Amino acid sequence: MESLNQKQGLLQTGTNAYLIFKKDLLQEFKTRYALNAIFLFALVTLFAVSFAIGTFNASSDILSALLWIILFFASMSGLSHIFVREEEAHTADTLKLVAKPTEIFLGKLIFNIVLLFMVELLVVPLYVAIMNFTIYHILLLAAALLFGTFGLAGGGTIVAAIIAKSNARGALFTVLAFPILLPVLVTGISVTKNAATEKLFSNPVSELQSLFAFAIVIITAGILLFDFIWNE
Amino acid sequence: MQLIAESITKYFNEHIIFKDIHFAAASGSCLAVLGPNGSGKTTLMRIVSKLLAPTAGTVTFNENGQVLTDTEIRYRIGFLGPYLELYQDLTATENLSFFAKIRGLTDYQPAMNRLLDQFGLKGREEDPVRAYSSGMKQRLKYVFALLHQPDVLFVDEPRSNLDAEGIARVYDLFSEFKKERLLILATNDSEDLQFADERIEIRVAG
Amino acid sequence: MVNKLLKIGLFLILSLVIIGAFIYAPLAKGLGEFTRVLYFHVPMAWITVVAFFIGAVYSILYLKKKEHKYDLYAETANQLGFLFVVLATVTGSIWAKMSWGSFWNWDPRETSIFILMLVYAAYFALRSAVEQADRRASLAAVYDIIAFVTVPFFVFIVPRIYASLHPDPLINTQGKIHMSPKMQLVFFTSLFSYTMVFVWMLIMRIKMIKLKLKLKEMEQ
Repeated sequence: MESLNQKQGLLQTGTNAYLIFKKDLLQEFKTRYALNAIFLFALVTLFAVSFAIGTFNASSDILSALLWIILFFASMSGLSHIFVREEEAHTADTLKLVAKPTEIFLGKLIFNIVLLFMVELLVVPLYVAIMNFTIYHILLLAAALLFGTFGLAGGGTIVAAIIAKSNARGALFTVLAFPILLPVLVTGISVTKNAATEKLFSNPVSELQSLFAFAIVIITAGILLFDFIWNE
Repeated sequence: MQLIAESITKYFNEHIIFKDIHFAAASGSCLAVLGPNGSGKTTLMRIVSKLLAPTAGTVTFNENGQVLTDTEIRYRIGFLGPYLELYQDLTATENLSFFAKIRGLTDYQPAMNRLLDQFGLKGREEDPVRAYSSGMKQRLKYVFALLHQPDVLFVDEPRSNLDAEGIARVYDLFSEFKKERLLILATNDSEDLQFADERIEIRVAG
Repeated sequence: MVNKLLKIGLFLILSLVIIGAFIYAPLAKGLGEFTRVLYFHVPMAWITVVAFFIGAVYSILYLKKKEHKYDLYAETANQLGFLFVVLATVTGSIWAKMSWGSFWNWDPRETSIFILMLVYAAYFALRSAVEQADRRASLAAVYDIIAFVTVPFFVFIVPRIYASLHPDPLINTQGKIHMSPKMQLVFFTSLFSYTMVFVWMLIMRIKMIKLKLKLKEMEQ
């Protein structure tokens, strides 16, 4: 009986998280605020970089680093929106009235993950084409982007929840998120360098593992700690 | 359903809002929270509805001697107040469907249409809430608060932005609601107090 | 009285440590005079870890008990941690200048200590951006815990990706200590006495916080 209840509870958490995600997606499609912010940021920096260093001059080391720096700071410009929007529009209490914290966190997390995937789907091919970046191991890069996105979105979502409750919403987000998410950046760059080298120079599996482990740790910490932020 | 609040105290930093508030209320009555502006009516409403944790004290909802869990409470209270906004970018239907589904309602369409009709919003339900006048927003909040047929209804500033006709509808609703269920109002309006069976006055601490 | 004796004792031991580090301890083979900074650098780094750990424990305690004092304890432990991380960086930089030629060259160890400073600077920035005391306490505690679970990633990942010039940490994989007995004596005395200085500072600040809270209570 108890396990049945637990199962129902899990199912309900999943359903409600999905409903919140769908609601946010609908809101996003009507305003396109976060998507525009991230996508335009990525595009502008991409063109600035391309313009500044030219097409054929950069080594794959520099190109790998720049790709992640563009993705990283672009996501910094949009990931916080998901919670700031609820606080600023005074809908946070309304949402709190109807849903459990875990459902809300998961819904917002899924939204941020999907948002980042959409941006990567547009920006990464564009970057590879414009910067003349040769990738030898496409699957490796895809895996790094996949796990990296989970990590970035996980850390970004919990930090977004924190800054939405503070007084200095815009300025604080990058300050708080940057040092926490640096492991993703460093490892992501390293895997991408590997993917851009014909012969792998180090074992990418252990790096992918640490990207994956980071994502798991930060998402778990987020789920466990979100209650304390949300109920403030 | 029975509501018991025991020695509720709330501080903001070192500043005391109120201290040791006790009361109890049961279905079939109306409770009014009174107090001058800034006395903490809204804070008390948010604490009693579990939106905000008190610094000290407890709030419990009982039914037949059984204490309700937070999840059960969430399903059974309705709340409207100036700080509980609906999503401005979404239409009324989108808002209401989202809240209904997340509360686990399946067959909410008829009730939704009936309430929209009752509050004179029929025909405007596909407009984004942003395009509503402030009075219409207030009416829509009533629909939001009542859609899941709650056993307890919290209303903070019942009349805000409503015209005479809107107020009449709300008063009809109140007298109907308090017959079998529990109504909690936070107000300063003497006319609203005609419904109150019991009053809690918050004095400015000092 | 006991307190006073302890203080005098600590003063004497620390004086001996300083003299010992410069005169008594022999140099390891093939290393320059500058390596003597290790008697100060390692204790500072060690205390940094201890202080931030204590801060994280108090943050968890705050979230569990919601008592205001734990938030203040966490803040004070992190402040002390920040003081010692700066000292560890400065002493490490001196080594870097003498040994590798520049004060700062983004060695993995330097990178991770830099990140550590960034994280806790962000922690203090967050604290100053929230006015309401209980909200500030919760947000800061959550951030502190998140920082504490992610920083280890840095310490383990970065050295794996980039080769480090940093000597083996004291507790290395082989479990060996590359020091002569005389060096060990000075080193462990230093480690112990600086840790005692930290403990003393922490206890004093916690006492201060307790008194302040009591004063506030009496005012009300």
